[in-house]
Amino acid sequence: MTDTRTPLVEMKNVSISFGGIHAVDNASIDLYPGEVVALLGHNGAGKSTLIKILSGAYKRDGGEILINGEPAEINNPRDAKKYGIETIYQTLAVADNVDAAANLYLGRELRTPWGTLDDVAMEAKTREVMGRLNPNFQRFKEPVKALSGGQRQSVAIARAILFNARILIMDEPTAALGPQETAQVGELIKQLKKEGIGIFLISHDIHDVFDLADRVSVMKNGQVVGHARTEDVTKDEVLGMIILGKVPPKAIPGPGAMQTA
Amino acid sequence: MADITTTAQANRARSASENPVKRFFRATEIDTRLLGMIGAMLIIWIGFNILSGGLFLTPRNLWNLSVQTASVAVMATGMVLVIVTRNIDLSVGSILGFVGMSMGVLQAELLPQLLGFNHPAIWVVTLLAGILLGAAIGALHGSIIAFLNVPSFIVTLGGLLVWRGATWFVTSGRTVAPMDSTFRLMGGGTEGSIGATASWVVGILACIAIVATIINSRKQRQRFGFPQRPMWAEYFLTAVGCALVLGAIAVVNSYPWPVAIARKYADANGIAWPDGGLFIPHGIAIPVLIAIVVGIVMTFISTRLRFGRYVFAIGGNQEAAELAGIKTRWVTVKIFALMGILCAIAAAISTARLNAATNAQGELDELYTIAAAVIGGTSLGGGMGTIAGAMLGALVMQSLQSGMVLVGIDTPFQRIVVGMVLVVAVWLDTVYRARAK
Repeated sequence: MTDTRTPLVEMKNVSISFGGIHAVDNASIDLYPGEVVALLGHNGAGKSTLIKILSGAYKRDGGEILINGEPAEINNPRDAKKYGIETIYQTLAVADNVDAAANLYLGRELRTPWGTLDDVAMEAKTREVMGRLNPNFQRFKEPVKALSGGQRQSVAIARAILFNARILIMDEPTAALGPQETAQVGELIKQLKKEGIGIFLISHDIHDVFDLADRVSVMKNGQVVGHARTEDVTKDEVLGMIILGKVPPKAIPGPGAMQTA
Repeated sequence: MADITTTAQANRARSASENPVKRFFRATEIDTRLLGMIGAMLIIWIGFNILSGGLFLTPRNLWNLSVQTASVAVMATGMVLVIVTRNIDLSVGSILGFVGMSMGVLQAELLPQLLGFNHPAIWVVTLLAGILLGAAIGALHGSIIAFLNVPSFIVTLGGLLVWRGATWFVTSGRTVAPMDSTFRLMGGGTEGSIGATASWVVGILACIAIVATIINSRKQRQRFGFPQRPMWAEYFLTAVGCALVLGAIAVVNSYPWPVAIARKYADANGIAWPDGGLFIPHGIAIPVLIAIVVGIVMTFISTRLRFGRYVFAIGGNQEAAELAGIKTRWVTVKIFALMGILCAIAAAISTARLNAATNAQGELDELYTIAAAVIGGTSLGGGMGTIAGAMLGALVMQSLQSGMVLVGIDTPFQRIVVGMVLVVAVWLDTVYRARAK
């Protein structure tokens, strides 16, 4: 793939190890504006760890991260947010005991001129964003604990959209959802793509993401097996990459590719 | 227009399907849990009143009750924030003791030498020094918990021993007395009450504040077109709120000064002693006023400020809070520093009331404070709790204790009863929450 544009995100030769185990070993991935890249691999392949380095939850041991071609220093979640990187975690990282508006604005609350929380303004904006995402959502006053998995996921996504994310990381975004809600999230991803947002989709289930993604990057044992455009490969070939590390002819092999004679 | 009618119809349909009691609670948005606690407290009050032959529900006893509750109520407001973040503070009683002793020495032995005996600034300097000391001790605990990752249970268990020992060390176990005469006003008593007129002024200001709050919240909801409470519910809440405030003022204003003190006062001011005796009402006691102000400030901090929002978010899901970019460690340090400040205020109330600083001051207060917060609905699982609930919890605990003293129950039985009530209250709360789900 010859793209002369600057990638939105480029992670080069990133490594991290926990107590001698190389969770991510010399991995490189990139993402262009308006593109959806699926990061695939088994549980424990290192995809979540790699992406947590980008979102600032972990600090890398080696390698570099470029945002718009500029080296970026990401040491904690606040740094990542400065670069417009928003993450939606598979564990549904919402504070259960407060309402939707409080979750949407957590860490960046709107305040009145007197420095107090402007709850009414936050609720109004929340109603607006949630109305666009999930028109059936009505339970604004209740703690998030009382909501269904899909509703909580839409709160998490609304949170990312609200802050004009340029880079969106979705870690198993549909794992906790029913079929209807999954379709809804799919629609949403297409809409965000149109707005020029780059999206990393992380999944261990290829069926979840194959139709949504422009490219796939496959990881195995902490290493990148290879990259491929989804139109160049079949689902079976990608499965081969995930399970065996076997790289099909049209894909670009990475350091983790199976060595063939 | 058509749209409005359908919603109205839908609302009416929903209302009709509910029974009147449910509809009432939905309309007024009253916390049923808090209401249950008030109900339990009334049962305790009426029960003790009957058992003691009408001694409990007298202005004198209720006034004393309010003064006795003040110190623990002040600390319970801070304990709510501590417990909401799934921490615990076992050291509050010892911090109270140490700060109280330090303030005692400062005002009775050090400052008079510097400023002169009974200097008007002594109480302010003492109180500020105490608050700084309390904040420093709390911040130290918080830093060890947040940055060195030692569990709060252990850090404050250590603090319980360390600060109790330090209290002893300051004067080698000697009791310090008497306190500065202005400082003593913080402890209540005939001098430390604001009198009838000032009490009515406070009551009327409180009523104005209630009305203003309700009007403001209604305006805010209108501004963004949110659903509103029905008008009758607004009037009802205003009426009940104002009636409670004015009723409480009427009670404290019908407790007169004791005859001996009133006579001394009359002699000193050249007032002729009337036949029926001179009726000088106490009014609100200053420690109670302090506790109420602390309660309002803490409610404001926990619901209207970013800090309070973070405290509850951390209690709900610490990981989510951290990923949202909240500096959770600093929030922990601030919570414990705030707890330390409240201990200092409680220490001022308690030493002023006793007119002495002793090395046993505040012993077991940590347990009463935690019990008050928990009875008041603070969940030890984190993430839930209200300041008003905790203060009410403190009042319930104190009501039980004073009631048992009035009825003449022996000390060992008093502790047995308080212990059992704590367990039963938390059990009932668990049942309530399970059913409310």
